[in-house]
Amino acid sequence: MEPTDTKNPNYYHRVVDCQWACPAHTDVPEYIRLIALGEFTEAYLVNRESNVFPGILGRVCDRPCEPACRRGRVEAEPVAICRLKRVAADHREDIRARLPRAPKKKNGKRIACIGAGPASLTVANDLLPLGYEITMFEKWHAPGGLMRTNIPSFRLPARVLDEEIGYILDMGVDLRLGTEVKSLKQLLASGEFDAVFVGSGAPKGKDLDLPGRRASLHVMEHIHIGIEWLESVAFGHTRAIGKRVLIIGVGNTAMDCCRTSLRLGATDVKVMARKPRGFFKASDWELKDAEEESVEIVVNHSPKAFVVENERLVGMTFDKMEYDIDAQGRIVGERVVGEAFLPCDDVILAIGQENAFPWIEDDIGIEFDRWHVPKIDKVTLQSTLPNVFFGGDAAFGPKNIIWAVEHGHQAAISIHKYCQGLPVSERLPPTLKLSSRKMGLHEWAYKNEYNPIERRLMPHVDLKERFKKVDIEVELGFTPEQTAAEVQRCLNCDIQTVFDANLCIECDACVDICPVDCLTITANGPEDELRTRLKAPAMNAAQPLFVSVPLKQTGRVMVKDENLCVHCGLCAERCPTAAWDMQKSKIKIPYAIDETHPSCFSPQTRKSA
Amino acid sequence: MSFIPKPKVAHPSLPKNELGLTRRDYEGVMSTLCAGCGHDSVTAAIIEAVWGLSIRPEQVVKLSGIGCSSKTTAYFVSGGHGFNSVHGRMPSIATGAIAANKDLYYIGVSGDGDTLSIGFGQFAHAIRRNINMLYIIENNGVYGLTKGQFSASADIGSKTKRGEENLQPPIDPVVAGLTLGAGFVARSFSGDKQQLVPLIQAGLKYKGFALIDVLSPCVTFNDHEGSTKSYRFVREHYDEVVHADFVPPAQEITIQYSPGEAIPVTMHDGSRIVLRKLDERYDPTRRGKAYNYLRDRLAKGEYVTGLIYIDEKGRDFHEVNGTTDTPINQLPYEVLTPGAAALEQIMSRYR
Repeated sequence: MEPTDTKNPNYYHRVVDCQWACPAHTDVPEYIRLIALGEFTEAYLVNRESNVFPGILGRVCDRPCEPACRRGRVEAEPVAICRLKRVAADHREDIRARLPRAPKKKNGKRIACIGAGPASLTVANDLLPLGYEITMFEKWHAPGGLMRTNIPSFRLPARVLDEEIGYILDMGVDLRLGTEVKSLKQLLASGEFDAVFVGSGAPKGKDLDLPGRRASLHVMEHIHIGIEWLESVAFGHTRAIGKRVLIIGVGNTAMDCCRTSLRLGATDVKVMARKPRGFFKASDWELKDAEEESVEIVVNHSPKAFVVENERLVGMTFDKMEYDIDAQGRIVGERVVGEAFLPCDDVILAIGQENAFPWIEDDIGIEFDRWHVPKIDKVTLQSTLPNVFFGGDAAFGPKNIIWAVEHGHQAAISIHKYCQGLPVSERLPPTLKLSSRKMGLHEWAYKNEYNPIERRLMPHVDLKERFKKVDIEVELGFTPEQTAAEVQRCLNCDIQTVFDANLCIECDACVDICPVDCLTITANGPEDELRTRLKAPAMNAAQPLFVSVPLKQTGRVMVKDENLCVHCGLCAERCPTAAWDMQKSKIKIPYAIDETHPSCFSPQTRKSA
Repeated sequence: MSFIPKPKVAHPSLPKNELGLTRRDYEGVMSTLCAGCGHDSVTAAIIEAVWGLSIRPEQVVKLSGIGCSSKTTAYFVSGGHGFNSVHGRMPSIATGAIAANKDLYYIGVSGDGDTLSIGFGQFAHAIRRNINMLYIIENNGVYGLTKGQFSASADIGSKTKRGEENLQPPIDPVVAGLTLGAGFVARSFSGDKQQLVPLIQAGLKYKGFALIDVLSPCVTFNDHEGSTKSYRFVREHYDEVVHADFVPPAQEITIQYSPGEAIPVTMHDGSRIVLRKLDERYDPTRRGKAYNYLRDRLAKGEYVTGLIYIDEKGRDFHEVNGTTDTPINQLPYEVLTPGAAALEQIMSRYR
């Protein structure tokens, strides 16, 4: 193998699994360390820099960081990253004085954001301090988009939403509530805006056209589209549902629908899944929370028809399915083995959602593909009409909040460059800084002791208590004791093991002491073959190997399998020549403000920004 | 030295031996030696070897004297028995223990000072008696614990860290072992576990006194320019003549050897050592030739390593002395202490 190029910022970034997996690249180990120190406000601000909504995401993030967490490979359970984020949000002090402010003198550029969801709000967050004027159009009477309409308040209380959205709106957004944009052509023709950001989400819930779907008014009133039904609950229009409810689909929306049903009077709620467990789209923890509330998840039932008697919906029939699953866990065959009838009063369809742009005219220069999804540049988020940018679910279909935030950051950079007449594709690369954590002879400026405790469990409101009202938040947040324990589970993956081959005397001290056997000094070879010769099997090909330049005494190479390194620092501690050092990596992700062209703004403006 | 104990976490797919134990189960307490000490690598090699042989930790007896080397018995196989003896007197303790119980594996770890100076007499008699033990010398040419004076194994012309030159000839433990009649004589290097681990395994299975002289650099006092026992010097003057592969009893020999190159030696328990000659003129079964070869190379300043001499036919201490097959601690009291009448009978023989 070629020697590893550690100058490439991506190498050490990838070692920080959680940060690498996060679409917005939140500096997870850093904020966990701050929480450990009791610096909740600082931890919150570290979060906010990248993910903008720490309190919201600390409750309902899709958590791509947690399956990636190295702790989950070393033991069984990852660090409760998301829950710790909430701790920082719950215990922060008033941070308003430390937030960026919009300058009084504007830069003369006006941006329209369509939709007031996480993507648009992030665009506003990034551009307002640069002197932009933002007008945000929202069809509902409250900002937040899907975060408000589709996530039930027993998971995400309105006050948390209002507070974090408020931080952005307070910088001076011209927010036009109850104002649905009906024609993009008109908006563009008004000439009011230098650029338009479309963050309108994927608002169309999929329907299920089976026999009986439109048999009568009664039937139609008792079959609901999941996201529309959640919206209507969120705004208080729907306050009740029948006793027996069938939820079709087993994604996260289905989980929100079943748990909301329980709070509106349902007593027998079944989630109907077409496939077996392991093929569900819902996150594990959302499934677990639903099952804790006695929701039954029925597998291998494929919807067949709505059953109507005397013009009333009485239930549904399903094909009972059987699947052949191969060694890789893929479905290779399926067949129907019977039929089942399940009685119900209401059905909620939660089988996915789509983008819908009836308000974007075909002749204004925005190209769509054959599924009527706009053609968007993956990096710049620019559409085929140069002054129109997309982000969030509107860009590439339903993803999640944290992706919407990341789209917002990237779109803000693009809009900023576009408004300066600079090419949007020329963007600053991420950079990485390393600094040693060595303090004294045996002192390291981080807590490197491996703590074997298990993942803490989130305390919940009592099962009887929580159904009394629709907006009782179920998760109580970690106690101080739980927080103090959970932070110790973080392996500090950003404290990198940095190797200098010129100093190595090949004494084997690091190889011998490494508790997880991730180091080997051996002859170089092709990667596949080299992986078989390491001290412990390096079977996770997704995790890179570090390979040094040839060592001075024997010409062999130092190989490190990054997969299971617990960053305990013993290699550096035992190295007689300091060839290994523990160095903190700080990844700098550029935002719009970093792309600022000095000549664009007056010195006074930059100071206040 | 390190102040941070090795955390208990381990690689989840660490291989297990026949007893279901991993290497980690054969570790000892935290090493307090200098960072980078060769002795820590020898410790790691012993752990690997004992684990690989699937020896139960409680079957291991660890013996040592005084010195940096003699601290190391605390750093492996915590589940074993241990005796840290007076300076240079480890062979006496070992002889007693071995006489009392022939079922255990005896690992003596000593240094160049403990063996070649204060304990030289004990060392010679342990070889003469051919006690059934593995005797490892962690040889670094200096007294590390007293800050780096020359030891008896320091070579002529080797320099201390402060620049003084050694003028006295060294005692070479391998030459000494050969001339005193040891039946298993090997030399290795702490930085070469591929060679060292099978040697330790062979030495543990060898019936009789197995000597391994391990060049184990002192990273603090003897790893500089001018030293003849530094990592760099040893690597540059390293001559492996015979590589030994250890093959357990039930296992087939899977490594392919070119014809005439490999010599299999069967041990008393059915395990085999396959000797691979890296220098075809060399014969590890002829003591005289081995001795000449060694002297020749030593004069050129080269370290001959590998399994230098082996003779599996010698009679060990148990055979010569007719020691008890049942360990003394398992003998019934009446057998162990036959009483006044039996004593009278023995005494009468001398009247």
